[in-house]
Amino acid sequence: MGKDKVKRMSLLELRNVSKIYGDLHALDKVSLQVEKGEWVAIMGPSGSGKSTMMNIIGCMDKPSEGEVLLDGIDIAKETAKNLTNIRRDKIGLIFQQFHLVSYLTALENVMMAQYYHSIPDEKEAMEALERVGLADRARHLPSQLSGGEQQRVCVARALINYPEIILADEPTGNLDEANEEIVVDLFRRLHEDGTTLIVVTHDPEVAEVAQRTLVLRNGRLDHETINPNFTGHIKLS
Amino acid sequence: MFLRMIRGAMFRQWKKMAMIAFTIALGASLATAMLGVMMDVGDKVNQELKTYGANITVVPKDSSIINDLYTIEDNESTGSYLLEEELGKIKTIFWAFNIVDYTPFVSAQSTLANGAPVTVTGTWFNHHMELPTGETLDAGITNLRTWWEITEGKWLDEQADDNRDVAMVGAAVAAQNDIHAGDTLHIEGKEASKELYVQGIFDAGDEEDSAIFVFLDTAQQLAGLEGNIDSIEVSALTTPDNELAEKAAKDPSSLTVKQYETWYCTAYVSSICYQIQEVITDSVASAVRQVADSEGEILEKTQLLMILITILSLIGAALGICNLVTASVMERSSEIGLMKAIGAHNSSVSGLVLTEIVLTAIIGGIIGFFAGIGFAQIIGHTVFGSSIAIRPMVIPIVAVLVVVVTLLGSIPAIRMLLNLRPTEVLHGR
Repeated sequence: MGKDKVKRMSLLELRNVSKIYGDLHALDKVSLQVEKGEWVAIMGPSGSGKSTMMNIIGCMDKPSEGEVLLDGIDIAKETAKNLTNIRRDKIGLIFQQFHLVSYLTALENVMMAQYYHSIPDEKEAMEALERVGLADRARHLPSQLSGGEQQRVCVARALINYPEIILADEPTGNLDEANEEIVVDLFRRLHEDGTTLIVVTHDPEVAEVAQRTLVLRNGRLDHETINPNFTGHIKLS
Repeated sequence: MFLRMIRGAMFRQWKKMAMIAFTIALGASLATAMLGVMMDVGDKVNQELKTYGANITVVPKDSSIINDLYTIEDNESTGSYLLEEELGKIKTIFWAFNIVDYTPFVSAQSTLANGAPVTVTGTWFNHHMELPTGETLDAGITNLRTWWEITEGKWLDEQADDNRDVAMVGAAVAAQNDIHAGDTLHIEGKEASKELYVQGIFDAGDEEDSAIFVFLDTAQQLAGLEGNIDSIEVSALTTPDNELAEKAAKDPSSLTVKQYETWYCTAYVSSICYQIQEVITDSVASAVRQVADSEGEILEKTQLLMILITILSLIGAALGICNLVTASVMERSSEIGLMKAIGAHNSSVSGLVLTEIVLTAIIGGIIGFFAGIGFAQIIGHTVFGSSIAIRPMVIPIVAVLVVVVTLLGSIPAIRMLLNLRPTEVLHGR
């Protein structure tokens, strides 16, 4: 199997996708392709449609028009129950506000994702926390962790079920510079491992490290840039 | 993991859960107290209503027919009697538990030493019985004539008085013949004569003031009626009559099999009378209608009041639970949204929340149950001056009510949870 052939295989494809609320076109005929192992940043001002696009790609919402093909499945046509299953099996989610369950420890938060996916495995969950450098904080509650540590737990939770794609919504929005660097470095390592990353961000510095940056404006894809300084390596499987 | 999540939610958010448990405990305690009182109120009200006297009289069949025809109340004219040995059977009927007291009567037409005629009535005062069921019962007119005023001396006491030749003299007889407590009367009966020590003078305020009351066997000896009795008065706890009971009272054979079973297994005064007739040979049991109706109505109204208070308290608890659980779900909306986002189906999330609520309800329900027993005792001592016996049946009823009320109270929260979309709660900036 040649390298070029693999590169042409899209993991995600949006074809003329629109999301319409009354007269408002939150997304307006957006088309894009994301290939397996690619690291894409999505930027744009508030109200440009970034979150709407994230919700649709993340199977948490359906488009009003168009097709969304995720690993060959048109998620626009799937039932809510199937969308939950697709989300569970193929997508890892990272949020700006972390959204950890306050009464579960870091380890249990990671295991919860395993529980809803298949079978919880404490050893595997601990390994995921080790990958993000939090093995020693595994038994701590979210309230006992710093923002950066909480976001790393969130990354471990997103990774635990080996998703096809990781969607990160403003992952560094609530972090200081040091923690931002740690999280970006984690993304870099994930990318090197062949994980497909789509990161919504306001931060040009976070967008700069991605392979490709898409800029949305008024619900439309305004322009796309390829990062000339991208140093990551795409590991093809 | 499910248990870890439940444990985390229960122990690490104990303040929220404690509020819900407290509300459930409050509802459960009121339900326990009201149900406990309601189920025991029959006995309590009956004790209060004993001042009305018996509500069923039992006479020999022949005597009943002649009484109906000629309005004669004298068994001597008919020569028919009931058998003393069958008295214990009254406590073996289907509704035995509702028979709270009863006493036999036998009259001996006698004369005093001065030649004045007087009716000497033999009865039980506080007759102690060991029932075939293993229960014991102290039956007699001491409880059935609580309105008697003892103007001199004291009541006869069957368990304390070794001397059987003692008497209580009605106020009218005592006044006419200058009899006082401590006197000894010479009584000339039909078959025997007795020297009776006057232990007390009573004022009944009715025709009984013209009689002398003695122990049953004493009167039987005077009249030569050993082993026989004229009538029985029964105080029974009854359900107010309805159309079925009225139809049955006229002719039980007119009922269908199903109607008969319903009637027989309901504590209508007519069905209790029927059952007494079944165990007392050649007897006719009839209701003292006014007393039976009053007792039944008062009991029914009291129970209705208790049911209403129970329902209202449970509605209050349901509303409280509804508010608290809904507030809890709203507070946890981002957590629930997250669970859905990472792959939890509605059924898993609902199951988790409901399990937490039901476990909280069980804890609250147990606390509430014991608190309710305490409330019931307070009500018992305040209103009736005695303890309330909590029937075992209260436990499953309260358990079911707590679960049902908790689940009903959780419906709005569960609906909200089912309709919650992850996108609505996960992108707050």
